[in-house]
Amino acid sequence: MTGRNEQWRIDLRAKIKAKERTNTIRVKMPELDPVYRGKVRDEEVNLGLTAELAMQEAQRCLDCAKPTCMEGCPVSISIPDFIKRIEVGEFLEAAKVLKRTSALPAVCGRVCPQERQCEAHCIHLKMKKEPVAIGHLERFVADYERESGQISVPEVQPPNGIKIAVVGSGPAGLSFAGDMVKMGYEVHVFEALHEIGGVLKYGIPEFRLPNDVVDVEIDNLRAMGVKFFKNTIIGKTITIKELEEADFKGIFVASGAGLPRFMNIKGENLVGIMSSNEYLTRVNLMDAASDDSDTPVYKGKKVAVIGGGNTAMDSIRTALRLGAEKAMIVYRRTEKEMPARAEEVKHAKEEGIEFLMLHNPIEYIGDEFGRVTHMVLQAMELGEPDASGRRSPIPIEGKTRTVEVDEVIVSIGVSPNPLIAQSTPQLETTKWGTLVVNQETMQSSSMPKVFAGGDIVRGGATVILAMGDGRRAAKSMDEWIRGKS
Amino acid sequence: MNKILSKEYFSEKVVKFVVEAPQIAKARRAGHFVMVRVGKKGERIPLTIADADVERGTITLVVQRTGVSSSKLCALELGDYITDLVGPLGQATRVENFGTVVCACGGVGTAPMLPIVTAMKKAGNKVITVLAARTKDLVILEEQMRENSDEIIVMTDDGSYGTKGLVTDGLETVLKREKVDLCMTIGPAIMMKFVSLLTKKYNVPTIASLNTIMVDGTGMCGACRVTVGGKTKFVCVDGPEFDAHQVDFDEMLMRLGGYREQEREAMERSSSKS
Ligand SMILES: Cc1cc2nc3c(=O)[nH]c(=O)nc-3n(C[C@H](O)[C@H](O)[C@H](O)COP(=O)(O)OP(=O)(O)OC[C@H]3O[C@@H](n4cnc5c(N)ncnc54)[C@H](O)[C@@H]3O)c2cc1C
Ligand SMILES: Cc1cc2nc3c(=O)[nH]c(=O)nc-3n(C[C@H](O)[C@H](O)[C@H](O)COP(=O)(O)OP(=O)(O)OC[C@H]3O[C@@H](n4cnc5c(N)ncnc54)[C@H](O)[C@@H]3O)c2cc1C
Ligand code: SF4
Ligand code: SF4
Ligand code: FES
Repeated sequence: MTGRNEQWRIDLRAKIKAKERTNTIRVKMPELDPVYRGKVRDEEVNLGLTAELAMQEAQRCLDCAKPTCMEGCPVSISIPDFIKRIEVGEFLEAAKVLKRTSALPAVCGRVCPQERQCEAHCIHLKMKKEPVAIGHLERFVADYERESGQISVPEVQPPNGIKIAVVGSGPAGLSFAGDMVKMGYEVHVFEALHEIGGVLKYGIPEFRLPNDVVDVEIDNLRAMGVKFFKNTIIGKTITIKELEEADFKGIFVASGAGLPRFMNIKGENLVGIMSSNEYLTRVNLMDAASDDSDTPVYKGKKVAVIGGGNTAMDSIRTALRLGAEKAMIVYRRTEKEMPARAEEVKHAKEEGIEFLMLHNPIEYIGDEFGRVTHMVLQAMELGEPDASGRRSPIPIEGKTRTVEVDEVIVSIGVSPNPLIAQSTPQLETTKWGTLVVNQETMQSSSMPKVFAGGDIVRGGATVILAMGDGRRAAKSMDEWIRGKS
Repeated sequence: MNKILSKEYFSEKVVKFVVEAPQIAKARRAGHFVMVRVGKKGERIPLTIADADVERGTITLVVQRTGVSSSKLCALELGDYITDLVGPLGQATRVENFGTVVCACGGVGTAPMLPIVTAMKKAGNKVITVLAARTKDLVILEEQMRENSDEIIVMTDDGSYGTKGLVTDGLETVLKREKVDLCMTIGPAIMMKFVSLLTKKYNVPTIASLNTIMVDGTGMCGACRVTVGGKTKFVCVDGPEFDAHQVDFDEMLMRLGGYREQEREAMERSSSKS
């Protein structure tokens, strides 16, 4: 990128001293009051930056010669390029920069774990200052473009008549579909559920990622010519083999990791204990908390969520919004090891969620109707670091406590849904059920027509990684198809 | 969106629909089910695929009205569209010539038993159907069952029709009388529990088709989980049919009651509206 050497950038850098830039205090994201937001289900907590705040924050960025922030971004977004355009008020231009690399900037700006990715590598940290709020700025630009009504529908090549199938409509499938349709392919996306969007729709709640934000992207893809087929399960309704026979020249499997894990401990099947997938699907996909929905959901008063990831935070904060008087996170390590985004943990605490660290359930107790009434927790301590570098929790002999609950949501991770692998025995899988692909090209090791990416390859990962996989797979599938003809 | 091509009343509470669904018709096997949703605020409910016509691209559903969602479906008319229909789901029934098969069903299990009775008969089995209901008015699908069975025994709790007694009484008459190679059972969990206890006594292998609460029907949520042989299984992907003698029916009964309160409220809400 030559961008940095353009005259306007040089002038801009000279305008304010680096020292002054770093000394400016990081912008605060305006947010809903914690007491108020704990009672409303579908209002987004973060309100977004104003243009003024965004331009002020953009000033903090030093437009580094070697922008280390980009090394932290899994898709290497040209971070200073878009930020400097914000500084001069060229918001729509900034949006164009983002879209060169990211298919879903409004989503990633909201849900990326920035504190571990781009922002973790910002030069400001070396100077003991807070990093530039890259995520907030990314969200601002994407929202600005969407709200301006001037979304640029990307140019689409003339149709090349080649049919491509996509399995699953989460971030991996959507970003792949976008890139392929741009190159002129006829793209058919098959989705098992009755909604398009994957976890972005059925998992992540409205108060963190409004459905409208996702729908705009989906409508955009439709406008570009992508065809969506809901209620179609590949492996059940149509098999991979039938797709091949129907002349699909390439198949991108992006079916995610939708299989919930349980701990298999005593009493786990009691009434009132469920997976976070079940809980969030009822509330988000089926709108079960609304009076006019036919799907029921428990509205527990004393709710515990087991786990420390984003899914756990989303579940417990949903429970709070459905009227829980006591809402707690139970996690077997300490807050430091929790995989959730820092912002979600902060928001959860502000809302009054209790954090019960270094505890792990070992049994649930129910009443005569089989409803859960108590959980027995084993106290833990941290031992030596394991292979992954994380200190592993070990039980403290004989130290347990019993806590009253009327609802427990188990959020200890997900595995790949086995439907496709089961119905396609030729597909090579790992012992965890993930599909084996070439890490560079995302092409299946056993079925060359099949490419795969996102959680079905990585296990539970992130939106940005899934999206990046989709883009890489599109590039290499295109090369592979053209190479053959 | 799937179009309803025909609607027929088997009784006031039981409706047979033929629905356009060419891909499902092609892929389905006996024992598979679909998830159905009616209306934008509708619930996803599981229904067995009673029959399919690959040529016409249709599937047949036999629905018994029990609560809000089945009532909404039953209210749809010829030419209407079902909002969402997805499948075929679950593992297919193992259909082969076992010899003598007794199919014991009652209540909510009667409709999904029909395709099994039909398939077992077609495979050359001697099929004896025990059809149970609380009272005469609730006896459904008798004629259709009779057509596909070698013998049919109708039982009512109050003796208002057929023989007075429970499904297990009818079943025991058969078990005492002749050698049975397989028992299939579908119905309320409490009924299946007692069928299972009985056939265990007579050492007759028994398959129960479990009708647990489901949300997605694709293995994503775990709402449908049951304990079979000491292990947790998902009915929608591992089942719905399991070795009845291994199923923890007490746990299943307890889990089925989980949303009773909300279901009752929903029924009251929707009936006060109409
Ligand atoms: C509650 C929750 C919160 C999260 N929060 C964050 C966060 O804050 N930040 C972050 O980066 N990540 C977060 N994640 C993780 C992130 O959402 C996932 O890593 C990402 O969505 C994976 O994308 P994907 O496209 O691979 O799969 P998914 O989004 O899972 O989409 C897969 C789609 O495929 C469909 N499908 C599955 N099988 C079939 C089939 N056989 N035929 C047709 N369709 C099929 C599914 O129904 C689904 O719609 C969160 C996850 C959850 C559950
Ligand atoms: C794999 C499978 C296949 C099925 N096939 C058929 C079919 O072919 N035809 C058919 O009519 N029904 C079938 N069912 C049952 C059907 O799904 C339920 O009747 C339906 O979900 C009821 O929804 P509702 O909202 O109308 O009633 P709800 O309001 O949910 O329930 C009304 C009353 O019925 C009871 N009830 C609800 N569901 C069940 C159940 N699964 N078992 C026992 N009692 C229940 C409730 O406890 C309540 O008292 C099947 C179920 C499963 C799991
Ligand atoms: S995509 Fe995510 S990691 Fe990359 S710059 Fe944006 S917020 Fe940071
Ligand atoms: S490292 Fe920080 S200051 Fe440097 S370009 Fe990136 S965001 Fe700007
Ligand atoms: S219904 Fe959700 S896993 Fe079976």
